[in-house]
Amino acid sequence: MRDVSIIGVGQIPVAEHWDRSIRDLAVEAIAAARQDAGIDRVDVLFVGNMLSGELAGQENLATLVADAAGLLPIEALKIEAACASGGAALRAAHLAVGSGAHDYALVVGVEKMTDYLTDGVTAALALAADADYEAAHGITFAALNALLMRRYMYEHQARHEDFAPFSVNAHANAALNPHAMYRQPITVDDFERSPWVADPINILDSAGICDGAAALLIGPTSETRRARRPPVRIAASATATDTLGLAERKDPLVWDVDLFEPHDAFTIVSVLTLEACGLADRGRALKLAAEGRIGLEGDIPICTFGGLKGRGHPVGASGVYQLVETVLQLRGEAGPAQVRGATIGMAQSVGGSGSVAVTHILQV
Amino acid sequence: MTVELPRYHRLRGAYYRLEGSACPACPGRYFPPRAVCPACRTAGLRMFAFCGRGTLYSFSRVLQPPRGFASMAPYAVGMVRLEEGPLISCQLADTDGVDLSIGMPVEMVTRKLRDAEEHGYIVYGYKFRPRLGRAR
Repeated sequence: MRDVSIIGVGQIPVAEHWDRSIRDLAVEAIAAARQDAGIDRVDVLFVGNMLSGELAGQENLATLVADAAGLLPIEALKIEAACASGGAALRAAHLAVGSGAHDYALVVGVEKMTDYLTDGVTAALALAADADYEAAHGITFAALNALLMRRYMYEHQARHEDFAPFSVNAHANAALNPHAMYRQPITVDDFERSPWVADPINILDSAGICDGAAALLIGPTSETRRARRPPVRIAASATATDTLGLAERKDPLVWDVDLFEPHDAFTIVSVLTLEACGLADRGRALKLAAEGRIGLEGDIPICTFGGLKGRGHPVGASGVYQLVETVLQLRGEAGPAQVRGATIGMAQSVGGSGSVAVTHILQV
Repeated sequence: MTVELPRYHRLRGAYYRLEGSACPACPGRYFPPRAVCPACRTAGLRMFAFCGRGTLYSFSRVLQPPRGFASMAPYAVGMVRLEEGPLISCQLADTDGVDLSIGMPVEMVTRKLRDAEEHGYIVYGYKFRPRLGRAR
């Protein structure tokens, strides 16, 4: 495998983009990433997306995006791995460039979720679960995570308010991010007063429904001298799977990172991820958060641009937003959200109730 | 999502009789049924019907239902540790006025799983309720 680097990033604000279609969103993010890289060549396009068929009535999405972005006739494929689709799209691009099959690969994560009412989106998101043994029983994504959270609280004698620091941190960091959807800081009190979605998960435990697109241009590290911006190396890239059904799950790795973008679709996911990745001991992630160690000044800063909770979670695009943000941190271009001296960052995109995880470690 | 007749016909063993799989080569018992044992990778698993009793492993109450479940909301869901070992995700029935707690004994019942769709037929399947004949 050749060494591969990210040489251009682009993103659009996460929001309810009533006036833009899925193709408009993707085209804008792609243009931003190409402009950032200052390199015109693109050999292959990977589109990370989960729900274009269900929520935009559009499959064969990669061809549509390649056409709309003026990239025909290059190879273009949609990569779907539920909410991990964005991370999985970079993984596919990394394999394509690392292997030498292509030199310059464009990755765009895009999701359009706000054309439908909540019950339709809730049903669509449940497609990532087991259709016959979870979704058909009315067990929503929030409910699956609520089952995990209730059990975690039972095992570790935790209270709901112990999860507040994750949501408070995400909103505090999102307030510094002009691309974030929820830029208003929240208090522990706000967190505790928020209505239930599926108890013990409430609205402020959960990432919101929204639209977004983010893009990356990658190429061989040996060629990055031509790029306009400082390259960020993909130091590691891996995907692993587990049972689709939550009830069939058994049990996961460690690294010393300066910042971590976890898949905080629900507060409980941040907790379980920090522990599974070895950044916190079992049962200790809540304490780590309570001690302020996950903030921008802490020793394990997470969700540095607001995470899924604060920036917003356009599902198939979220993995690419995490990577764009990690690149900005490592380039030292994170503005008020900058983690000082960051040289290694990790981003993890999770699909289903932890049934697929795509992890990238980036380094300068 | 629309209701698909062949799909639910296919699922009748699991939905009505809690039929899962047993591995002939190791003690593995699985629900839902599987073709290959995830523990020892043996193929050709046998049908194994679970007894339908267990204890509550975790639970939640759904206040934001997906399409097809609006008439039932709010409804309780749970994970149940079956007597034979596996965990199963399910809806919980007969929970009005019951203080659900982790560890409480529960048993399988057959109930309507979701709102009837435009085709008019009703999908039945397993749910779990607090076990009768016990102090609730």
